[in-house]
Formats: sequence, C-alpha cells, structure tokens
Amino acid sequence: MSHDHIVSPKLYLGVLAILLVGTALTVAAARVDLGGLNIVVAMSIAVVKASFVVLYFMHLKYSHRLNWVFGAAAMLWLALLIGLTWTDVAARLIE
Amino acid sequence: MNAAPPAANALPKVHYLNVDYGIRSWLFTIDHKRIALLYLGSITLFFVLGGLFATAIRLELLTPAGDLFESETYNKMFTMHGVVMIFFFLIPSIPATLGNFLVPMMIGARDLAFPRINLLSWYIYTLGGLFTLFAILSGGVDTGWTFYTPYSSTYSNTNVMATAVGVFILGFSSILTGFNFIITIHKMRAPGLTWFRLPLFIWAHYATSVIMILGTPVVAIAIALVGLERLFHIGIFNPALGGDPVLFQHLFWFYSHPAVYIMILPSMGVISEIVCCFSRKKIFGYSFVAFSSIAIALLGFLVWGHHMFVSSQSMYAGMVFSILSFLVAIPSAVKVFNWTATMYKGSVMYNAPMLYAMGFIGLFTMGGLTGLFLSTLATDVHLHDTYFVVAHFHYIMVGGALMGYLGGIHFWWPKISGRLYPEAWARFSALIIFVGFNLTFFPQFILGYLGMPRRYHAYPEEFQVLNVMSTAGASILAVGYAIPLIYLFWSLRYGPAAGPNPWQAKGLEWQASSPPPTHNFPETPVVTEEAYEYYPGAEADRV
Amino acid sequence: MSDQATTLAPQFDDLAQQKESAIFGMWVFLVTEVMFFGGMFAGYTVYRYRFHEAFTAGSDHLNLLLGGVNTAVLILSSFTMAMAVHSAQLNRRRALIVFLVLTMLLGSTFLGIKVVEYSHKFHERLVPGPAFHFDGADPQHTQLFFSFYFAMTGFHALHMVIGVALLAIMTGFAWRGRFSAEYYNPIEVSGLYWHFVDIVWIFLFPLLYLVGHHG
Repeated sequence: MSHDHIVSPKLYLGVLAILLVGTALTVAAARVDLGGLNIVVAMSIAVVKASFVVLYFMHLKYSHRLNWVFGAAAMLWLALLIGLTWTDVAARLIE
Repeated sequence: MNAAPPAANALPKVHYLNVDYGIRSWLFTIDHKRIALLYLGSITLFFVLGGLFATAIRLELLTPAGDLFESETYNKMFTMHGVVMIFFFLIPSIPATLGNFLVPMMIGARDLAFPRINLLSWYIYTLGGLFTLFAILSGGVDTGWTFYTPYSSTYSNTNVMATAVGVFILGFSSILTGFNFIITIHKMRAPGLTWFRLPLFIWAHYATSVIMILGTPVVAIAIALVGLERLFHIGIFNPALGGDPVLFQHLFWFYSHPAVYIMILPSMGVISEIVCCFSRKKIFGYSFVAFSSIAIALLGFLVWGHHMFVSSQSMYAGMVFSILSFLVAIPSAVKVFNWTATMYKGSVMYNAPMLYAMGFIGLFTMGGLTGLFLSTLATDVHLHDTYFVVAHFHYIMVGGALMGYLGGIHFWWPKISGRLYPEAWARFSALIIFVGFNLTFFPQFILGYLGMPRRYHAYPEEFQVLNVMSTAGASILAVGYAIPLIYLFWSLRYGPAAGPNPWQAKGLEWQASSPPPTHNFPETPVVTEEAYEYYPGAEADRV
Repeated sequence: MSDQATTLAPQFDDLAQQKESAIFGMWVFLVTEVMFFGGMFAGYTVYRYRFHEAFTAGSDHLNLLLGGVNTAVLILSSFTMAMAVHSAQLNRRRALIVFLVLTMLLGSTFLGIKVVEYSHKFHERLVPGPAFHFDGADPQHTQLFFSFYFAMTGFHALHMVIGVALLAIMTGFAWRGRFSAEYYNPIEVSGLYWHFVDIVWIFLFPLLYLVGHHG
C-alpha cells in the first residue's frame, strides 16, 4: 500500500542539504554575467530543487502513478500557458 | 376479494426527498442529490435573470434607433446577460445539477468523494451570485462579459469590482465541483466497472472536470489582476502605464475558450445517454466517443488565440491558433457521426428527451460548422465582432448545450422526482423551443454576414426586418421555456409515479428506486456487462 | 487508538480508499494552484522579456540578503513539515506537535521578514500606484516589475498565512489525539500544501531577486 512507505529522517536531511546548497549555487551563479544563460541556469537549479521537494518531501516517489500524472499535467499546462503566450509577444517584437 | 397489490410503480416509502424535512435538512445536507436540487433552484433563478436581460436586448433591437436605452445602459444589458448566462447558468448547469445527481449513481457509489466540499461549492456559488446581484442592483457593469482592459481595469465607471469578485468567487465553485468528480470517478467506481464500461456521461463529466481544474484558476488570476489594477491604479494591462492589454486577453481566453467546452461537453454526455436509450441501441463506436471527449478537453486548450485574431496578436501566433482550431472541430464531428450512426437502424422513439437530442445534433452541427468560418483568419477579419459570432455561439450554447440540458432534465426527471412529466406537453414545448430558437438566431447569421456589429444598440435601417424576426423568435422561445417550468412543477404533485425504470434504460442509476434512497443502493452493485447493452426491438415501455 | 468506525466516512468503503482519495484530492487541488500562480508567471515572463533593463533595475532594489534568508527559512520549514508527517506515521504525538509548531514558527518568520521588506519598499516609494517614484531610465516598466513583485509575493504570502492557520488547526487536532499511525490524512495533506507553497517560493526567489548580477 503506497503512502505507508516511511522515509528515513536521514534522507530528509540529505534533501534539506541539497536544497540549501542549491540556493547558494543559484545566488553564486547570478553574480556571474552569463547573458541569456543566467535565466536558464537559475531556472534549471530551481527545477532540480523543486523536484527534490516533490519526490521526497511530498512522497511522490512512493506514490500512486495517478498523482504523478496529475503533477506532470500541471507542469505541462503551465509550460503551455507561459510558452504559447510568450510566442505571441516574441513574434510581435519581430515585426 | 383480494386487495389489489400495491402498484409496482408506486413511490418508495422513504427516499432522499422525504427522509428529512425542514430547511435545515436542505441547507446542511451532504447528500449529492439534494445538493443537485439546491443548484437546480439557483441556476433556474439566474437563467430567468439572464433571460430578462436578453429580453431587454431584443426589445431595444426591434427598432434601428437606440431609443429604448442609452448606449451605456444597453452596454450594461448585454454585459449582464453574458455574465449571468455564462458564469451563473451555463458553466454550472449540467455538472452541478445532473452531474452531481448522477455521477455517484452511475458508478454505483453512495455519494461523491467529498460531500461537504460539494455543499461548500453550492455556498460559494451562492456567494458569488450575491456579489453579482449586488453589482447589478447597484448600477451594473458595462464592460462586456469579456472584461477587456484597459476599459475594465481603468476607465469604466461601473461596478467592475463587485462583478469581478462575484466571478472570481464563482470560479472556486466550479473548481471544487470538477475536483470532486475527478476523485470520485477515479477512486469510487463499483466492482466490475472498468473505464470502458462507464457511461459516456461519465467520460464527458471527467473531461469537463479536467478543463475546470486546469483553466479556471487562470481566469481567476486574470480577474484578480484587473481588480488590483483598479484598486491600486497600477498598469499591468494599461498601455498608458506601460502594460499590455493583449496580455489580459491571453490570460482571459486561456480559460474562456476551454470554458465553452465546459459548457458543451456535459451536454454531449447527456445526448449519448438519450440517443442510446431512445434508439434501443448500443452507441456506435464507444471508444471513439469516449476519447473524443478527452481530445476536446485537451485540444480545447490550444486554440484560445482564435478570439484574438484582430487584437494585434502576432500573425504567426494567429496562424498556429487557426490551424489548431480546425483540428478541435474533428472530435466534435466524431461524436455527431457516432450519434447518427447509433440512430441508424435503431428503434427510434420520439419522446421529449429524444426530440431535444435530435435538435441538439442538428443545431450543434450548424453552430460548430460556422465556427470554422470564424477560425479561418481571412474571413474572421470580416466576421469578428459581428452578429455572425453571436449566432455561432448561441447555436452551440442554446441550440446545443441548453437543449441537451432540457433533454437531460426530462430524461432523468422520473429518477429525480419519482414522477412522470406530461409527455404531450413536453413534446410540444420541445418543438416550440426549436422553432423559436431558429427564428431568433438564424437571422443573426445573415445580419453578421451583412456587417451588423454586435454590442451596438442602434443599427442601419436595412437590418430591421431581420432584427424583428429575431425578436419575434425570442418571444416564442420564452414561451417554450416557460411551459416546462410549469408542467415540471405540476408533475411533482400530479404526475403519475414513474417506477425505477420507466424508459427501460441501461445504466446503474435506473436500478435504484425513483426517487432513490439517500445512499442510492442498498448494497454496492457489481457490474458484469458492457455499457448500453440494448437490443433492437427489445420490449420497451412506450410511455 | 482511533477506530475505523469513527474515522471512516460513509461514502468510502475502507480506510485505504479514503486515504488515496484524500492524497489524490490534494494533488488535484495543487494542479489548480499551479495554474493560478502560473497566470502571474506568464505575465511576468512576457514583461521581463520585453523590458529586461527596467526589470533588472527594479530587482537590484530588492534586498537579496532578506530574500535569501527567507528562502532558507522556507526550505527548513519544509524539512520540519516532512518530519511532522514522519512523526504522525510513527504515532509519535509529541514529536508531531513539536514539528508542527516549528513549521509554524518558521512560516511566521518568513512572513515577518516579508513585512520588513514590504515596509522598506513603502519607505523607498517603490509600491506601485500614484506614490511610486523611481530614479531610473524606465520608471514606467520598473513599476511594472514592482507590480508583479507585490502581486506574486503577496499571493504567496496569503497562501502562507492560510498554511500557518491550517497547521494551527492540525496542531489542535494532534493535541487532542485525533491522529494515529492508521489515520493521519489531514497531516499528510497539509504537508503537501505546505511543500507546494515552498516550491512556489523556490521559483519566485531567483526570478524576482536575481535578475541582475549584484556583483
């Protein structure tokens, strides 16, 4: 039965450490001028941090696939909303 | 002499309506069936209110001059008509009434997954409705139901805030309904009820619920940002302060296009149930119809820019949205073909629900096809903001969704009330509605094609004949809607008892008594047959 | 010991179905929350793309130290929340209450720091509206940045307040012995909500505070 999987506190501590390190990394990377890459780096680290929270703190790793599907759908729809809106704005700037 | 045995069709002694009396038993109920009736009452009231605004519009448009209302007042009339009909009638209509009543019964459950959240959704609906009523009574709103910025966010002097709050609150009611259905359908199906044995009504409501949860929050934030802009005089959507009004349109239509599928999908689910029962035949192409509901829900999120072709949206985005809009017509067409194929060589019975369903199929097809004119970039430039658009969406929403709703109310009325409605009057009203509807809205296609703009209270003289026809049709339509209201109430007292299954229909809900007991089934049913196991020529009570 | 008869709601067949429905229900609700914040992320994205310099100028006026500290505070609160759920799973009532209280304290710290930040902005006249004043090349679009800053962190803070209130209720229930190893759905579901609010901040922090280089 899912959700009765009990995650060890050590694992939680490990995730905590990763999240704090990730935050420090994000700030450090922002200090360097990478041009357009800055946002990519920042968002990539954020996605990794969020994944750790979702998989371990929110137990999605040990959870029904159905919950995964809905979580993934949310991400997809978010990308759709932002992406398709952005393409309109970006295309208008070309003209 | 032996006493006559009790009539097989007598009402059960105890059922969900009489198990408890008094207003508290209704206001604090957690029975999905009672909540459905609470919604039925509320949305009927709002339908009448929306109809009054429509009456005002059609009266004004009897003459070419803007002589009944000032233009600003007229703007309020069509705005309130749209806000009330869309948010407080169409969006909740089938899901909150028939959906709430039937989803648990059709899957063999005792109630929805979260009954108290279900009741909460009705209270939230009522709260949103009160805000909107307050907005109406304290002067109305004139922005159009689409709230375009910066007029709504900065320049309009009308009650935008109260209406925005009302709609924002209503969004949560919708979200909670959809949320409840999704959990229920996934987790509470009876043993043996696999996904592909589900009634298509359930597939339709599932798809609708997915749209509700993915789309409604976006319009909520769009409206919230308009509210913030009005309150704090900031410029998120106001070009004078650096903002982009088209951004509002993106956020608004990201929901409001899928919203039209929220309004039509449940109706399509109703049609599937009615067509099978009254053709005495299994649906043609079950999985195609089931998947088409999902396809409509998903594709429906990819086409919102077709409302913005002339908004200064980029041409490239326009082309993409145009092509995708053509694609989204396909799953709807699949349904129409499959319903027609189901009727072919079936034993068709022309009871009132079937008349509504047949009306739906024809009128929805017309509405849908005219949508293709609008998805075509070049023609949309001429048709946008004309009466062609108005006719298009009324064919779908009134000729389609509303007729499906009425058909469903009639089909399940025996289950809901335990009584039969008077069939002759029902068929008569269905025909009146059909005639009145076409007379009201067909001339509007022509008016739009000839160039009459929407949302104007005055028009060139040469358009008067068509407008008079439209108003005449509207008065017939009003009569058509009034008659069922009367006889349905009448039947509560004087209608003959229906018995569990007056239509000899398939589906778990027909195994329960009419009206059902509070927990629907004495024991959880076990499902062993496929959906719609009808046989042509089977013994049918020709009621 | 809680017994099945009192914790099983009548519409469910067994505790397992009830638990799965509760967890799934919260995930579905979080989908709606993603889309709610998503609308603001979409608006922010397009404006930042168009007005990068003005947004950078605005971001440079945010307090990176306070933002960073707040990020660490929230991450820590997610840890304590996960430990609270863990304690409930092992039927450790006192540990559960301790971790819930810690989470609330950390959440309140976050909110306190936000109050400090907001009041700084008020004094620097960076609150959008008629009183806004910014000495820069493009004040109009920098005001747009601050509109999104306040809207996004404001809605986030509102969700935090609701979260803290929710956890206070959970603490009350825990104190009265409502939960056990067999039944702790409300704790788990509150945890999911709390972690989600943390995740929103994980994205907000770099997006709002790290536009420029601060170097």
